[in-house]
Amino acid sequence: MGLLFFTFVLAIFLGVELISKVPSQLHTPLMSGSNAISGITVVGALIAIGSQGHDILTIVLGTLAVIFATINVVGGYVVTDRMLGMFKKKDGN
Amino acid sequence: MESIINFSYIAASVLFIFGLKMLSSQKTAKRGNLLSAGGMLVAIVATLLKQEVIDFQWIIIGLIVGSLIGIFAARLVKMTSMPELVALFNGFGGIASLLVGWSEYHAHPESPLFTIIAILLAVIIGGVTFSGSIIAYAKLAEKIGGKPTSFKGQKVLNLLLLLGLLASGTFLGMDPADSYPLFIGILAAAVILGIFAVIPIGGADMPVVIALLNSYSGLAACAAGFVILNNVLIVAGSLVGASGLILTNIMCKAMNRSLANVLFAGVGATSSGGGDYQGEANPVSAEDAYYILEAANSVVFVPGYGMAVAQAQHVVRELAELLESNGTEVQFAIHPVAGRMPGHMNVLLAEANVSYEQLVIPEDVNPTMSTVDVTMVIGANDVVNPAARTDESSPLYGMPIIDVDQARTCIVLKRSLNPGFAGVDNPLFFREKTRMLFGDAKASISALVAEFKES
Repeated sequence: MGLLFFTFVLAIFLGVELISKVPSQLHTPLMSGSNAISGITVVGALIAIGSQGHDILTIVLGTLAVIFATINVVGGYVVTDRMLGMFKKKDGN
Repeated sequence: MESIINFSYIAASVLFIFGLKMLSSQKTAKRGNLLSAGGMLVAIVATLLKQEVIDFQWIIIGLIVGSLIGIFAARLVKMTSMPELVALFNGFGGIASLLVGWSEYHAHPESPLFTIIAILLAVIIGGVTFSGSIIAYAKLAEKIGGKPTSFKGQKVLNLLLLLGLLASGTFLGMDPADSYPLFIGILAAAVILGIFAVIPIGGADMPVVIALLNSYSGLAACAAGFVILNNVLIVAGSLVGASGLILTNIMCKAMNRSLANVLFAGVGATSSGGGDYQGEANPVSAEDAYYILEAANSVVFVPGYGMAVAQAQHVVRELAELLESNGTEVQFAIHPVAGRMPGHMNVLLAEANVSYEQLVIPEDVNPTMSTVDVTMVIGANDVVNPAARTDESSPLYGMPIIDVDQARTCIVLKRSLNPGFAGVDNPLFFREKTRMLFGDAKASISALVAEFKES
């Protein structure tokens, strides 16, 4: 338990350090890219549906959780990639 | 096997960290995003290898349906609709965390207190993120009015909801196994709280709200990580939580307002503020505007939400190119909160192929403003309102703006003299040096382009 909190606090500080200086051009891709990362909750959803699957409600809740989290993950990464592709094009590289 | 899975989770976390780091620089951003997507893949595959994951039928259905919807939405969306799509995706992340918490409570209502607290946090933060993002989506997509909506006693109601959540959470913690109805009540209250929290916030403050909701979705994932005691959720969730908070902070600074002020003050809902700046506006025709631009040595474009609404970014780039071939120096000054999400204008101009070097930030362009011949304000309002500099009674007072009024001539493209989303009058429109080019931004710019091509 304590170790989880330790990880939590360290990761928050790490996050702040990592992204304290972002040029404003990249605000949107950073947001949608990090948004995709927050879809990591898909791991929780997979465990919930994969291990319990007994009653109908658990199945419904778990499947919906997997669907929503996957939309978040896949959509988030694809849209970020699309945006960054536009940023790159006009640089000529 | 268990140690391979744990190692994969560590690898995924490292990939997320590097991915985020690389997202904050222009050169590495695209690779960073791929890296972070790779991390996600590693985390998902590792989870499927877990011993307790035995039933794959629903997993496969969920993954396929989710991926298809995600890919289609991300590929088909127009760049101008990007803010609402980001808000929607964000809401989906929130509800996924809520569902994970719910499903865990449903399966093990007799869990230890620590797990119950984590479940409640996942459900509450996830619920607020979900409904708040959906309201933000509806406002951005103009399914509901973008104006702040508030009613009497709204703040009191929000406070009561919050206190109610705390109290019922405490009750539930004392006897989790027998409190299913209470649990559902908490879930519903969280969703309602999210609606009431976002509905009073005006369109112009949306960049702050979206950044904040982004942070919440990370924290919800983090809480879900405490529910299932999983490190990768905690690391990834807190990274997103922290990055969202930083963006929120940047947006607040760009408006010179505190977060509390953005969330609770509802600018424009109360008063239109400031004095009235009645005076003569000077309307010009496209032809007159052409003569002004044709003679200019330097032009600074200042785009705002109006450019996004009119989808004028491509004709703006065309006009900029014509000006450049006419020997005019062209720049685009972009205010951090212009538009409806952080970096909104940058995305649109990038889509229209405006070169990266032409984009400047207010701090850099303002000192040179007195040497600029023409500033072209395209559908921006509050971010160029000089009242923010001078009028202490204005709700915008103190907000750093782009000093378009310091240039020799300022051309403002606008539909009418209506105040902006903040509902604040703009004295810029009545200045002697200001010329108003009324009409749809895209039509006006196209007319200017036509004038250039004819000559």
